[in-house]
Amino acid sequence: MADSTTPIAASAATGEVAELPPSALVRQRTRAAWLFLLPTLIAMGLVAGWPLGRTFWFAFTDANLTDLTASQFVGFASLLSVIEDPDWWTTVWTTFRFALVSVSLETVLGLIIALTLNAQFPGRGVARASVLVPWAIPTVVSARMWAWMFNDIYGVINAIFLKVGLISEPMAWTAEPSLSFAAVVAVDVWKTTPFMALLILAALQMLPGDIYEAAKIDGSGPIRTFFQVTLPLLKGPLMVAIIFRMLDALRVFDVFFVLTGGSTDTMPMAGYARQRMFEYQEIGVGSAAATLLFAIIAVFTAVYMVVGRVNVGGEA
Amino acid sequence: MKVLKKTAFWLMLAVIAVYTLFPFYWAIVSSLKTGSELFEVDPWPKQPAYSNYVDVFTAQPFGQNIFNSVIVATAVVVLSLLLGLTASFALARIQFRGRKVLLLSVLAVSMFPQIAVLSGMFELVRWLGIYNKLPALIISNLILTLPFTVWVLTTFMRELPNELEEAAIVDGATPWMIVTRVFLPLLGPAMATTGLLAFIAAWNEFLFALTFTQSDNVRTVPVAIALFSGGSAFETPWGLIMAASVIVTVPLVVLVLIFQRKIISGLTAGAVKG
Repeated sequence: MADSTTPIAASAATGEVAELPPSALVRQRTRAAWLFLLPTLIAMGLVAGWPLGRTFWFAFTDANLTDLTASQFVGFASLLSVIEDPDWWTTVWTTFRFALVSVSLETVLGLIIALTLNAQFPGRGVARASVLVPWAIPTVVSARMWAWMFNDIYGVINAIFLKVGLISEPMAWTAEPSLSFAAVVAVDVWKTTPFMALLILAALQMLPGDIYEAAKIDGSGPIRTFFQVTLPLLKGPLMVAIIFRMLDALRVFDVFFVLTGGSTDTMPMAGYARQRMFEYQEIGVGSAAATLLFAIIAVFTAVYMVVGRVNVGGEA
Repeated sequence: MKVLKKTAFWLMLAVIAVYTLFPFYWAIVSSLKTGSELFEVDPWPKQPAYSNYVDVFTAQPFGQNIFNSVIVATAVVVLSLLLGLTASFALARIQFRGRKVLLLSVLAVSMFPQIAVLSGMFELVRWLGIYNKLPALIISNLILTLPFTVWVLTTFMRELPNELEEAAIVDGATPWMIVTRVFLPLLGPAMATTGLLAFIAAWNEFLFALTFTQSDNVRTVPVAIALFSGGSAFETPWGLIMAASVIVTVPLVVLVLIFQRKIISGLTAGAVKG
């Protein structure tokens, strides 16, 4: 597709616009562009740029919740108190482990679900819609639903596992750190796999059909076709989806907040930052932790933009 | 062989369906159980009782919480669409210097971790005098919905035919007229899709809503549900929580079922081709 924003006056395709002085039209449209963007730019400056800048500033102060105006510049002291805190590194480790485990599971499950929903069968629309449901409800609600299912005494999961013989005694899913980590992953996988499945499904539907015809004629079985044809073709979109989800997983907060409460053994980075800010009232130290998280996300975003070859120009 | 394949396929579908829907089923069943029944693992309550659904609204300001969520989400959607419409026209249809930088910044802002603006936003909210008031949530939620709205609408706008715009320019239409009279009527579906996704994002937002509100009656639904608690740690009102969860989930499920096509197209419009 040609660039849709080429000024008309410059395109020779339409003869009748020739009498419009091109520069006047271009000038008018450029002015309009900036006027049109102004409200959004102001809004973004107010709700994104300014608060982000203030957070960075607080990271170099000893700001306290009781009186933000009394904060003093302390250089790297706040950042150092985060880096020297073993609890911070526990949360870093938890967050990365969570991101790796849950995104891997979501990718595999998403692939399986997408391949299943890609087939032609009656009721496909309903199946697709039902897959969307976990994605649409608030994370807090799904976390609460699962927390009840995971309840150590009355939970349905322990009851089923006991019946089937998977476990011999009830497990404290939400109390024990290693188990509660598994519980958090389970909720996140349940909630976000649909998103993954839909992205993969969209990519699957763009694949040319004749390749599969050729594979069939060559006598390649379904499994071989998947590994030799489908997977290589999906590599690009899959990478983008994975990085996108990694970014999301590194910012995680809600699921942990509901399922594991405030213990630092099972807390994500965002939870640590918020706890320092509002429970210990150390806005400076909390902002330093938030700034570190921001830096990690920024690196991943840069990778995403390079790998995804993000199409910002409008040329396909 | 063929029968085996078919059976395996439907089995697979059944497993996916159970995995996806079982938690909802269990929440509904639990919400209809009261007293000691809640602690028996029965697949269906012996005597379904609706008292949990009544208690949610009488023992908690849950009606107010729903109202708050509706107000916040609606305001956020309206603001995002108003701002996003003109911005995306400029970004999609006009060649000007700095366009790529702007598009990249929009994308970058949509990747912000919310926690990175939390303390700065808190200060701003305090300074504007809207702490513990709904406008605090409306303003802060824009950071989630505005970049996304601009991005998706830009994707949709690019696909509109050039001829329309050219004809309008020949007729002497200003850019403003092109947006409002030529494109807007065609953008109905795109606006609906984007609006719906923004609504869901604002409706589900938790971190800002938790941090910028204090009183029970200013809380939004997710915060209320997260903080429901009984008299002590040992008596979490699970029946109540499940009832509240079901109440919140039903309208979203209906929305998803009605607009599934739109949602899928919107979710993938923002996605990038590899």
